Amino acid sequence: MNETTVKFILNGEEVSVSAPPWFTLLRLLRERLGLTGSKPGCERGECGACTVLLDGEPVTSCLVLVPQVEGRNVQTIEGISEGDGLHPLQQAFIDESAVQCGYCIPGMIMSAKALLDKNDSPTRDEIKRAISGNLCRCTGYAKIIRAVEVAAERMREDEI
Amino acid sequence: MKFNYQKVNTVSEALEVLSGNNETLKILAGGTDLLVMIQENLISPGELLDISGIEELKGIEEDEGRIRLGALVTHGRIAESSLLREKALPLVESCTEVGSPQIRNLGTIGGNLVMASPSGDSLPALYVLGAEVILASNEGERVLPIEDFLVGVKKSAIRPDELLVAISFPGMSAEARGFFKKLGQRKALAISKVSAAAVISCLDGVVASARIALGAVATTVIRTPRTESFLVGQALTPEVISEAARICSEESRAITDIRSTAGYRDEMAGLLLARGLEELKD
Repeated sequence: MNETTVKFILNGEEVSVSAPPWFTLLRLLRERLGLTGSKPGCERGECGACTVLLDGEPVTSCLVLVPQVEGRNVQTIEGISEGDGLHPLQQAFIDESAVQCGYCIPGMIMSAKALLDKNDSPTRDEIKRAISGNLCRCTGYAKIIRAVEVAAERMREDEI
Repeated sequence: MKFNYQKVNTVSEALEVLSGNNETLKILAGGTDLLVMIQENLISPGELLDISGIEELKGIEEDEGRIRLGALVTHGRIAESSLLREKALPLVESCTEVGSPQIRNLGTIGGNLVMASPSGDSLPALYVLGAEVILASNEGERVLPIEDFLVGVKKSAIRPDELLVAISFPGMSAEARGFFKKLGQRKALAISKVSAAAVISCLDGVVASARIALGAVATTVIRTPRTESFLVGQALTPEVISEAARICSEESRAITDIRSTAGYRDEMAGLLLARGLEELKD
């Protein structure tokens, strides 16, 4: 018995969950909350596959300990769509064939979402910078960058 | 990865814990180095003291021209601070290039200092800004110039009972210009092979003062005194810049290791300085 209980906002809803204090947020999400969208890759903060938004900012959830999320706001890939529909980023990744093996994509989309939440018309360089902490070994990034551009365009059109 | 965990919300609580027997205790701030070291079994602390929630260590303040950064200010916040862009550009440029967006949102300036890696990107910038490190303990505060704080590879002068609470430095004057440049295997998430920072003041087109520091080319960050004194009194012509680069390469004391070779690093130290000086001219 060496568990700690934390309360935080997860994808818009308050949750209260127990885990050992040495569990990372990534493990908490996957092993205690059943949210397996965030992926374990390197678990050293180098690959970005586990990226979630913590108070709106992208972080590698493999480098955050469970007690550190107390009272904070966490958003994962499972929480970005509204209702049954996909988020425009998710739809654009499909339409632009930006997904191959898919393992990096949840993290990639969370980094891209953090960008688009702040900047609805990012330049190509701003997109590259925003996803610079997310490794993809399949696509060569070109289609991923294109998908983010397409999503940004569609989100701007929806605003009008 | 298993340890006891304790969270504190104030500096005085932290100092109380640190004043006790704490041989197996490690302080957790941003976690971007510490948790990686634990994951890789390089260290196995019995207890983590989590200071990441101490709000009083998160301030960016200016008082009578001096800037004080709380130890828990993240690289991301430094990168986005308009005050620091105006008064501490080399620091802003270095923090903009640390790790990745995700790492910059977690990693702290205090953590970068305490890790004392020769390749820590914020460190050359803090050298040229003339930074002081403020250490607190139950016995009071100590203020150390950064040169005295960083004593070797991953070694700092902090005592086990001390907490690094802040970094303080004079804001750059209006006529001073500065930069930070680095080279790594790629732009994100690559530990620097070599880095350079400088603060240069010019008066009537002539260099009045120069502070230059190199990262990842010695056991700690180093200044380049010969290059600095060469530049003083000179206009930044192409010839002067290329001679400064040559001297700077001589002053670099790089070694060959897994990330790069000594010769390449020394050469690039001069080149990074030259690139920075070129941009200052404009």
